[in-house]
Amino acid sequence: MSEGTTKQFLYVNRKAPHGTVYALESLEVVLIGAAFEQDVRLAFLDDGVFQLMKGQDTTGIGTKNFAPTYKALGDYDVNKIYVEKESLDERGLTEDDLMPLTYEDEDDDWAEKSSIKIVSRAEMADLIDSSDVMFNF
Amino acid sequence: MAILHTVNKSPFDKNSLERAIGCAKDGSAVLLIEDGVYGALKGASSSSMVEDAMKTVKVYALSEDVSARGVNERVMDGIELVDYAGFVKLAADHSQVQSWL
Amino acid sequence: MKFAIQINEGPYTHEASDSAYMFTKAVIEGGHEVTRVFFYHDGVNNGTRLTTPPQDDRHVVNRWAELAKENDLDLVLCVAAAQRRGIADADESKRNGKDADNIQEGFRISGLGQLIEAGIQADRLVVFGD
Repeated sequence: MSEGTTKQFLYVNRKAPHGTVYALESLEVVLIGAAFEQDVRLAFLDDGVFQLMKGQDTTGIGTKNFAPTYKALGDYDVNKIYVEKESLDERGLTEDDLMPLTYEDEDDDWAEKSSIKIVSRAEMADLIDSSDVMFNF
Repeated sequence: MAILHTVNKSPFDKNSLERAIGCAKDGSAVLLIEDGVYGALKGASSSSMVEDAMKTVKVYALSEDVSARGVNERVMDGIELVDYAGFVKLAADHSQVQSWL
Repeated sequence: MKFAIQINEGPYTHEASDSAYMFTKAVIEGGHEVTRVFFYHDGVNNGTRLTTPPQDDRHVVNRWAELAKENDLDLVLCVAAAQRRGIADADESKRNGKDADNIQEGFRISGLGQLIEAGIQADRLVVFGD
């Protein structure tokens, strides 16, 4: 494949934040990767859904609170964020428990839209199946 | 082409095998490596899940990791053992590799 | 076929680096190309020359370096991950005002863009981690 090719990138986030560094360093890859103009999608499943929880405050554990960075993803044209419904259900969560992540749609007069799409486990399988490259951390 | 899913976690510790099987579409493959090979055990609480999966998905286990753990004789019927060369061939023959870390 | 390899864990604690090494060797022996091996997270600890395992154990770091030398492999340590974990080459050491470097010959330090580029250029990206 030539360098000019656009690939379907999928970042698979399955780990909770704070307990390990994977969520933070995965987010850093997403931010760098945004400059490469690939078709970028983010998947949050299993404990990965905890990365998007509202109200995260790391003051007491003395680590960097990177949760607000997810809200900036829209500015990087990263606006396809898929969250698995079954993973939310298992953890007693709904979309309302997640940070609102939005982007401005340039094709729709810069209307503010949600980047988050709640998908079923079967749709998550389709998403993985239709990707050219999966980044796992 | 279907995807090769690799699993490196024991099913008695993490849900990686369950997730890989749940996401593996008909015709795709699951390869058990590292502690993931414990998912190949017969007579275990995970066995029926793997047996069900094998109706639609091909399940492999990495022979080097199986041998290292002394579980060769306990691998379920129907699971094919492959070596590292076989792992490479599986990766090449499938459209992509999804590592369920 | 072009393979890129990503390693997320350091040596000895996890099997990831061993598995990745065996896999990389098999890729080469299978007649394929390894376009890049990218070390991320604690994986950057695979690139310090100060590693000194007991003599009867494998030397994970040297083994990677030798495989790279024999096959002209591109072993890349992520700079951001390396800085966090105290892995530096001479340039990085100087830039950050440190008194030493510790990178093993055969590895190089570069940015995360190298991982993205590897994902774009390779036919398969295979990840080893925890």
